[in-house]
Amino acid sequence: MNAPFAAAALQPKDFKSGYKPVWCPGCGDYSVLTGVTKALAMLELRPENVAVVSGIGCSSRIPAYTNCYGFHGVHGRALPAATGLKVARPELTVLVASGDGDGYSIGGNHFLHACRRNVDLTYIVMDNHVYGMTKGQPSPTTEPDWRSKLAPGGTGLREFHPLVIALASGANFIARGFSGDPNGLAALIAEAVRHPGFYFLEVLSPCVTFRPEQRGWKEAVHPAPVAPTDDPGRAARRLMTDDGFNIGVLYKGSRAPFTGMAAAPTDSPEDLECLFRL
Amino acid sequence: MKPTPSVSVALAGSGGAGVMTAGNMLLEAAALAGYYGLMTRTSGPQIRGGEAAAMLRVATFPTDGQDDRFQVLAAIDWQNVGRFAAELPLAPGSIIVGDPAQGEPPEVFTRSGARYLPVPLKQLAGQLAGAWPNMVALGVLAGLIGLSFESVEAAAKKAMKKGLEAGIAAARLGFSQASSLEGFSLEKPPSSSARWLITGNEAAGYGALRGGVRFVAAYPITPATELLEWLAPALAKVGGTLVQAEDELASINMALGASYGGVPSLTATSGPGLALMIEALGLGVAAEVPVVVVDVMRTGPSTGIATKSEQADLNIALYGMHGDAPHIVVAPNSLADCVAATAWAVGLAESLQVPAIVLSDQYFGQARAVVDAPVLEKQSLERLKAEGAEGYKRYALTESGISPMAIPGTRGTAYTADGLEHNEGGTPSSQTADHLAQMDKRARKVSQLDPGDAWASIEGEGETAVLTFGSCTGPVREAMARNGKGVKLVSLRLLSPAQPERLRKALEGVKRVLVVEQNHSGQFLRYLRSEYQLPGEVRSLRRPGPLPFRPEEVRQELLNWEETA
Repeated sequence: MNAPFAAAALQPKDFKSGYKPVWCPGCGDYSVLTGVTKALAMLELRPENVAVVSGIGCSSRIPAYTNCYGFHGVHGRALPAATGLKVARPELTVLVASGDGDGYSIGGNHFLHACRRNVDLTYIVMDNHVYGMTKGQPSPTTEPDWRSKLAPGGTGLREFHPLVIALASGANFIARGFSGDPNGLAALIAEAVRHPGFYFLEVLSPCVTFRPEQRGWKEAVHPAPVAPTDDPGRAARRLMTDDGFNIGVLYKGSRAPFTGMAAAPTDSPEDLECLFRL
Repeated sequence: MKPTPSVSVALAGSGGAGVMTAGNMLLEAAALAGYYGLMTRTSGPQIRGGEAAAMLRVATFPTDGQDDRFQVLAAIDWQNVGRFAAELPLAPGSIIVGDPAQGEPPEVFTRSGARYLPVPLKQLAGQLAGAWPNMVALGVLAGLIGLSFESVEAAAKKAMKKGLEAGIAAARLGFSQASSLEGFSLEKPPSSSARWLITGNEAAGYGALRGGVRFVAAYPITPATELLEWLAPALAKVGGTLVQAEDELASINMALGASYGGVPSLTATSGPGLALMIEALGLGVAAEVPVVVVDVMRTGPSTGIATKSEQADLNIALYGMHGDAPHIVVAPNSLADCVAATAWAVGLAESLQVPAIVLSDQYFGQARAVVDAPVLEKQSLERLKAEGAEGYKRYALTESGISPMAIPGTRGTAYTADGLEHNEGGTPSSQTADHLAQMDKRARKVSQLDPGDAWASIEGEGETAVLTFGSCTGPVREAMARNGKGVKLVSLRLLSPAQPERLRKALEGVKRVLVVEQNHSGQFLRYLRSEYQLPGEVRSLRRPGPLPFRPEEVRQELLNWEETA
């Protein structure tokens, strides 16, 4: 991550569009945007060769704030759109941005299957345990006793555990980052882009408006105490028992990524008429 | 018996009896003998072991419509076949072939007055090691309709990988049984021409490739699955791919993602899947990402009858999206037209940067027919792509409404495709003026489409017009052929955008209009009433699926009307 920039290399700011984000002052997502642009500069990529794909929610506004190609789709469907794009255009670098509502609730099924499918995507989920854009409803990662207008007595539901579910679904690479450390995030994102296959990066990204207590996360986070494992059984035990604030790479598999498009055509469509001709 | 230009036969039995295998061989034999023909299929809901029937028509002329009656119904066994009685109409001159060891034919068939000819199919097959009763039935049917045994043998050779000798021997036994029976005979086949043997689903898949599609994402669903199964290996050959998605929400969004990347993309589904895709189709409209959905319609609402045909997805295809969402809806009006209509839909989607829905149906999709080889032009409708340019605006307000689309990888034109309303540059905007300007632009690019003559098939001349679309067109054509003059057919291929001026011209001099469609509520009639001015008296001939219209029903409707007019 400390590699010197080549003379013509772009700076992180060259990856920003300059549009003013809709986010609240103090939102963790600003730092995720910074982490993304730093990583792209570190990787010496050109913005036109990068696509940022998202669904709906605060986190999903990221594409237009970058200078890359962006796809801001419908709620919950960022992973399928990104999958289609990456399979059809394997030479592009494809980042997927999502949040805990978009990615774990409405898009939950795609999360499972993206982990299984292992397309070469970097999946960044900004988790703040709340629906921010719709102004403060509980998400799948919200604590069961958190009170809100929609769930005045709390949801009473057990929190969704994204990292465990990712592991169980066959994810090949699982990491957790914190928006309070943009340089650390940039390093994780750069590693994710270099990694061939699906890389799931859960980012603790506080919502200072609806979950102001999350400002305390900066005291709670700490580097993961042990090196990443490639043993899913060991990873499962660690992820089931960690405090939710271990930062770093937590699981590292070695499955080959899914690719799709045939390298070169062997026939023209007209050639296939022989299948029907009498 | 006097030779006729068309003979219809059905072969029924419980699942595993091989009726579809034998039916396909009979169709192939007819094709090799120089005839046109069609095989449609019906089956129960069981995964294995349910009842099934292959319904064939062999004719001296191209047809993808069923006839009024079946001349022959043959059954390997009668278990549950009675459930298909409504789909297998017989007449006093018809023949029922059944194995006496399987019991008498159900009364629901014999009360038609059809003659029963018992043939011990199982016993005959039992005389030969490795032979099956369906092959005996194939021989009987070929003999009863006057096909040569050589054609049966040739078809078996093409179709059978194992058990060929026993199969041919069994068919020969059946064929010789038929020689002692009084059957039917076909007129001489027409002079030879270039023909294809193809299903509607294969035709739509092939049309997609010819239209330029190289990425398909899809979720299995009856009756569209065969389209996808045909495309999977075919795409690999032409340098594309098919991804099986986790659900229809994923498949349409994958297709949009690939298309955003510059690769023409498609998904295929049926009604329940289309319902799930609707939100993303709205994204395709707003973000101006081309995509094609082939909807192989089955009966609805909800799960309906998955294996049977209906034209009841017209409303959702036309009006399903929220917001004002101009898009394309195309309907092939013959089985062979599934090729051209799908290719055209791809071209329209690409050139207008808009979603296009192709309304096929189970009748076309799962029917196999001998068709005249379609003459296809090279796809000329292509996406307008942006070259690298200063001040690029993805959603620029052009006169045509079509703005150059930048493809990821192109330097200097990066933009974010967005389902949020946006300004010309693509930046999200909640301003009134931007919303109006972009709405006008999206409406303009679709409404300025000039489809030429492709918008409809117009045939015949008369004061009575029949308006229809899709698989109802075949029976109407045949009714007109029987009725002689005085009727004009207008079968719409482009359902959206509507072409009111073109239809007005087509209906000049018309005094009455019969609207034919296969659904319960008259969706097509309502659509016509809302988008077009229909001259004179308007009548509706409609019913829900799965029974296809028979030519005689349409003819009688026209005759009765003319008499009372």
